[in-house]
Amino acid sequence: MPSGFAGTVAAAQRMDNPARAPILRGMDTDIIIVGGSLNGTGLALALAQGGFRVAMIDALPKATRKAKTFDGRSYALALASKRLLEAVGVWETVAPDAQPMLEIKVTDGRAGEAPSPLMMHFDHAEIEEGPMGFMVEDRNLRRAFLDAVEAEPKITHLAKETVVAQEVSDTGVSVTLASGKTLTATLLVGADGRRSGTAERAGIKRNVTEYGQTALVCAIKHEKPHGGVAHQYFMPPGPLAILPLTGDRSSIVWSETSARAAEINALDDDSYLDVLRPRFGNFLGEISLTGDRYTYPLNLTTAQSFIADRIALVGDAAQGMHPIAGQGLNAGLRDVAALAEVLTLARRRGQDIGSPITLEEYQRWRRFDRTMLGLATDTFNRLFSNDNTVLRIGRDLGMGLINAVPRLRRSFIREAAGLTGDLPKLLQGKRV
Amino acid sequence: MTQMQNTVDASEVAKFEAMAAEWWDPNGKFKPLHMLNPCRLDYITSQIAVEFDRDLDDEAPFAGLRILDIGCGGGLLSEPMARLGATVVGADAAEGNIPVAKVHAVQSGLEIDYRHTTAEALAEAGEQFDVVLNMEVVEHVADPLAYVTACQMLLKPGGLHLCSTLNRNPKSFMVAIIGAEHVMRWLPKGTHEWSKFITPDELFDLLTKAGLDPVDRKGFVFNPVGWTWSLSDRDLSVNYVTASVKP
Repeated sequence: MPSGFAGTVAAAQRMDNPARAPILRGMDTDIIIVGGSLNGTGLALALAQGGFRVAMIDALPKATRKAKTFDGRSYALALASKRLLEAVGVWETVAPDAQPMLEIKVTDGRAGEAPSPLMMHFDHAEIEEGPMGFMVEDRNLRRAFLDAVEAEPKITHLAKETVVAQEVSDTGVSVTLASGKTLTATLLVGADGRRSGTAERAGIKRNVTEYGQTALVCAIKHEKPHGGVAHQYFMPPGPLAILPLTGDRSSIVWSETSARAAEINALDDDSYLDVLRPRFGNFLGEISLTGDRYTYPLNLTTAQSFIADRIALVGDAAQGMHPIAGQGLNAGLRDVAALAEVLTLARRRGQDIGSPITLEEYQRWRRFDRTMLGLATDTFNRLFSNDNTVLRIGRDLGMGLINAVPRLRRSFIREAAGLTGDLPKLLQGKRV
Repeated sequence: MTQMQNTVDASEVAKFEAMAAEWWDPNGKFKPLHMLNPCRLDYITSQIAVEFDRDLDDEAPFAGLRILDIGCGGGLLSEPMARLGATVVGADAAEGNIPVAKVHAVQSGLEIDYRHTTAEALAEAGEQFDVVLNMEVVEHVADPLAYVTACQMLLKPGGLHLCSTLNRNPKSFMVAIIGAEHVMRWLPKGTHEWSKFITPDELFDLLTKAGLDPVDRKGFVFNPVGWTWSLSDRDLSVNYVTASVKP
């Protein structure tokens, strides 16, 4: 062996267990992604585009992911996120069923009273980039992402599989699946949600803040058209959002104290609507439910580290947040775009994509943004979800002020469109 | 070598592994080098890709290329070159670096030929390479012209020589000596001797005298806000890199 003494000795130590330190080219794949939801599939597509071989492990069967019926869930996709969808080639499929958000109206309200006259009004006409975002139904996104994954030869999709063990070595990581299969790769990415098993197995702890509130989510059909306007009401029990879907339909997200939410959720559809109706008046005319109803306990759960040896976390696995501003998926896609960019550039430079050098670059990039977002969401919620007179006057004045100053207003619009901060290339609509 | 192999004991290997970990710790002793490395690698990889018509998105874009990394240290440049498919020889005049780099290459699953030798000795032995990486070395040698000439001799005709160093002017004195060594303590005091720094024109002159055709030069510019380095066409005031080709 031409490589000198130290190399030979060190190699010999590992030779008795070749599985522990397989040579680089012998890996089953480059990157294993745990999680087959939107962040997982989005990352798989972005990485395949960067030249990586990817294995995606999804606990759910394909049929569930591709279910066609409307289940009531939808997302407010920021403009920047839409650009990522364009870059990975799924926007075209999603676009016909996406509802542009042309205006956002924010109102401080008190149930049963007329909304405060001081409110914020954001119109996309004030920025040149186009609509601030799009309302997209979960079913359409899921199917579009999965179809693109299936059409990509660099991605191996392992559906109905779960990880039971993961082991990290100097050169790579190996996971064992419930079916008994094992897979090796250079990097493991946890896109497995706020209770991320990948993070837990890596010993990454989480900071959890409970808000004692629960979000109620449903979709409604209404008599009058919404005109592409999204409404956000801030009311003492918590915020209420009315987000426009295609046709005369809207997605409703409202928060209540957890006890009250449980009571409301136990009601039948008619009584449920009776509770909902007075919250936003009758500007949409008669309303009826479509799809299922959902509840989500509100909490902020942040992984203490977004990386570990040969492991990175994206989406809710990194930070699951309060859905107050609908930023969950958008923040997740920012993780996806940043990680894909860092890894693709590292690969072109010949750097080890699973090394701390590479992964710290990702963590540095996302941590600041995530911390600020978590903090902002938290403050926002505490500030608006109460009936304290001083706070109420303060926030009304604040909203009036923001609304009165065009520059301030435009910066809010850009923030809502996801166009602020150090944007990864994929979110600028560029390829890495 | 064979004899050393038999006499080396486990504690020695552990020591080398610890030193390798130090070399490769992004927040450790070699942090400044790690901060600079993405920028250096961007330049190196793109120059090689252009010169030898390779696509960096390919599986092993540098396959078939023989690359020499002079002053390889812990292998911060050698390993990426090997990972891109090149056949790599890493040379260092500091004997202690060689086993450290070897230990890490094994950990990385890469095959790299690390040797305790100099450019002059390799040239004398008639070794030939497609690319010679000569990064942050020339400001440390006693006779730069003899050294760069040896680098030229090591290249095959059409081969590429990439050389980075520090400019000599009041700013580089402030930044590289006062800033990096005394204020930030990024580098041990005495790492650099300012009088040995070389201006870009002097280096171009040196390269030409050594029989190379200089084809490109860029600055490495530090951005103190983002703590990152970037390449600049115009700002060569402190760190800079050159590409030259053997006719």
